[in-house]
Amino acid sequence: MGSSTVAVRRPSDIGADIRRPDGVPKVQGAFVYSSDLSAEGMLFAKTLRSPHPHARIVSVDVAGALAVPGVRAVLTASDVPGSPTFGLEHRDQPVFAGDVVRYQGEPVAAVAADDPATAVAAAAAIDVTYEVLEPVVDPEAALVGPALHPDGNVFRHLAIRHGTTDACGEVVVEGIYEVGMQDQAFMGPESGLAVPADDGGVRLHIATQWLHVDRDQIAACLGLPPELVHLTLAGVGGAFGGREDVSLQIHLCLLALRTGRPVKMVYSRDESFLGHVHRHPARMWYRHHATRAGDLVKVEARVLLDGGAYASSSGAVVANAACFAPGPYRVPNAVIDGYAVRTHNPPCGAMRGFGAVQVCFAHEAQMDKLAVALGMDPVELRLRNALRTGDRLVTGQVITGTAPVAEVIRAAVAHPLPPSLSDKLPMMARPGGAGMTADVADLRRGLGLAVGFKNICFSEGFDDSVAARLRLELGASGSPVATVHVATAEVGQGFVTLVEQIASEELGLVDVVLADADTGVGSAGSTSASRQTWMSGGAVKQVCEQARGVLVERAAGLWGCTAAGLVWSDGEVVREATAQRMDLAEILAGGPVEERCVHRHRQTTPLDADGQGDAHLSFMFVAHRAVVDVDPGLGLVRVVQVATGQDVGRALNPLQVTGQIEGGIAQGVGLAVMEEIVLDGGQVRNPSFTDYLIPTALDSPDVAITLIEEPEPGAPYGAKGVGEPPAISSGPAVLAAIRDATGLELPRAPVRPDDIALRA
Amino acid sequence: MSSQPDRMPQQAPSETPGQPSTDVSGRAASGPTGEAPVVVAPYELSVNGVVRRVVGAWVGDSLLNVLRDDLGLLGTKGACEQGECGSCSVLLDGSVVCSCCVLAVDAVGAEVTTVEGLTPPGGLSDIQQALVAAGGVQCGFCTPGFVVAIHDLLSTRPDATELDVREALSGNLCRCTGYGRIIEAVRTVQREREAADG
Repeated sequence: MGSSTVAVRRPSDIGADIRRPDGVPKVQGAFVYSSDLSAEGMLFAKTLRSPHPHARIVSVDVAGALAVPGVRAVLTASDVPGSPTFGLEHRDQPVFAGDVVRYQGEPVAAVAADDPATAVAAAAAIDVTYEVLEPVVDPEAALVGPALHPDGNVFRHLAIRHGTTDACGEVVVEGIYEVGMQDQAFMGPESGLAVPADDGGVRLHIATQWLHVDRDQIAACLGLPPELVHLTLAGVGGAFGGREDVSLQIHLCLLALRTGRPVKMVYSRDESFLGHVHRHPARMWYRHHATRAGDLVKVEARVLLDGGAYASSSGAVVANAACFAPGPYRVPNAVIDGYAVRTHNPPCGAMRGFGAVQVCFAHEAQMDKLAVALGMDPVELRLRNALRTGDRLVTGQVITGTAPVAEVIRAAVAHPLPPSLSDKLPMMARPGGAGMTADVADLRRGLGLAVGFKNICFSEGFDDSVAARLRLELGASGSPVATVHVATAEVGQGFVTLVEQIASEELGLVDVVLADADTGVGSAGSTSASRQTWMSGGAVKQVCEQARGVLVERAAGLWGCTAAGLVWSDGEVVREATAQRMDLAEILAGGPVEERCVHRHRQTTPLDADGQGDAHLSFMFVAHRAVVDVDPGLGLVRVVQVATGQDVGRALNPLQVTGQIEGGIAQGVGLAVMEEIVLDGGQVRNPSFTDYLIPTALDSPDVAITLIEEPEPGAPYGAKGVGEPPAISSGPAVLAAIRDATGLELPRAPVRPDDIALRA
Repeated sequence: MSSQPDRMPQQAPSETPGQPSTDVSGRAASGPTGEAPVVVAPYELSVNGVVRRVVGAWVGDSLLNVLRDDLGLLGTKGACEQGECGSCSVLLDGSVVCSCCVLAVDAVGAEVTTVEGLTPPGGLSDIQQALVAAGGVQCGFCTPGFVVAIHDLLSTRPDATELDVREALSGNLCRCTGYGRIIEAVRTVQREREAADG
């Protein structure tokens, strides 16, 4: 057995700008997305959806559809063999509407046919008779009105009572704020392929965020044990929360089992807008109390979220909205009520920022109002009240981890400002752009600051876990190969890169192979809550550490010594007494090593009747400073620059962190100035990329980034999540900047041109 | 029955430049509202330098549908069906078009270039290389469209300013990146090409 005494210290992969392994196939157009799948004998599916937000279904006649040549199955509510309903938190949403429809776009039937055109024709041939009913679209009315569903209208009311609830401040500011309904608008439409299996079950290839929770909902509705429903992650074209809920999964599996053939479905863009949940619209009343010196005394808030027709994750979203309602500030006394209610609007659920975004618009507008009332600089006011480690939140929880709130604020405002407005500013860089409408003399520049925070991982006592498997063996070339198997959904965020970085860091020079994410391994939870670096990254780290223990034991056996004097160093086992070294290939010559683990974070607790408890694992903090140019006459805004300081714990891959920050800021800017699902009596008026605008390369600002790296105790490598904070306070900073430029109150996001032009 | 899906289509067509390939039997194409599809006579498209026969396509089929579903060129993506997002960008006689808004039959006689045609055999173009290196790829669904649009931009305006670049790429939507790393990739290619020419 050869051994080496030459030690070559490899540079660590952790903290390096490692390139994503799927980058090459993605730029070649060779990466396989869910919409690129096919199977022999495949059928094509189409969903029939209700055109009405609220109606009684009088009758459904599928005879016309069945008569279309090439139609293989038509399914309605009576064809669901198991649970008629599904849902993330509460199973209150029908697979197909039976006697009543509760939102425009609710599925009523699904068709499988030999080709897409026939499926579309057959769906159109289904004769549904509706008795159209008046929709309840005002969440205030729903809160006090008759039940729209047997489970009632209040998905959750979370009351937070903290400190002396009747405390008053010397200075009081009050406001009412609104945020519109934002869409995730991922580029790859919902799609999947269901294949019936010989065991009577079904195999589903699907673009999703959480394979196992999809599987459990599908199995319940199919009336099958979960082990007969096998899901494999197909290529995902973005998610941002919009794939956490079931869309076409159950329909596809039902059709595959009914026809005995593979069935594929791809949503069109308008169907995608109708077929997934959105960010909750919010109405928020706030009253802040402070001392004359500028210390916050109390925050009162009432946050009303429109959850739409079905529960989805409304309960968890409103918990976040209430918990983070005061913003990242020391608030000794609080009276906060969060409500999520049912209406006949489209269902709302997860979107990047998950409740923390909506309240940030309100608490940051309040902080600016308070600064004015106090005659204080808004940056100083925020710094004075900024949370620190050891401070207590309004939920009673003491922050034990890092809390660099002052640091992120100082970093955001320290960035150099862009050049001042001048006649040299090209037309394309002015508000209105190619319209060439803006004279520089008329433009007004504004600056705004906003600060936000949010929890990482799942909260309120949820058993948050990730299962991981590792197989170490010698590959065909004789070099070590580490095969990692987790059910983690790669949705674009770059987890696939982190797996390689972590496995290399822990095991040394190995080829890392990431097995297909599927339900053949235990759950990885959702790719949401900025949690997969901590949770799945932590699971990969843990299983590699376990394997190292086995490798050391095996080396001891080969050397005929005990493991006591052996250490793992730089990808090799070192016998300290003799300085002998044994590398991975030598150890693995004796056969593969297989390890598995289930990684968990510290247990959190539920919130009590006063909204008190250690409900959250850890917190991410962020600040944004926005610079805008406004054309007051036309109400047009150009966001010139967004500078940010973000608390990341530790950046494991700074290039990917940069991508998350720039992308999240663009979504925040979108919500601030252009993105809203326009509803009229429950009807979606803009389900297309022509009418629902997302930022283009010209709309997206320059971004200046400072990462605040204070390693978080208990987190793998000290890394917090990074995905959501960029989307939290970027939008509120833009609103603050537009207020600065115009002097208008602008209590509602997004700011539309007429909000400025008609009130200026 | 196998539960492993394949990429479409089942049979890979032969790819001999300048030679008609084996017919690929097209699926009946999708009509927008369910009217009976009108199948046109077989026709030929020149795609990435290869003459391809299209058999059984509907007269109203978009170039996007024919590229993906009949010719098996899945690098071109569909995401909006109305020319807003650029995911389906291809070159038609050297100009960028949204293939979802071009009738496939209108492309007869023109040269169609897709992302596959802009990918050197076994490697990456400088644009593709820069997108990977600069972090311009996240979910990647928009990326093939960007590869095509950037190729067009740098072919016609190699000296484009950053603002020109942003304007030129504003027909391609990306929801993941906020465009910063994509712009950086374009600037990198411009610098590299200028250095190579210099």
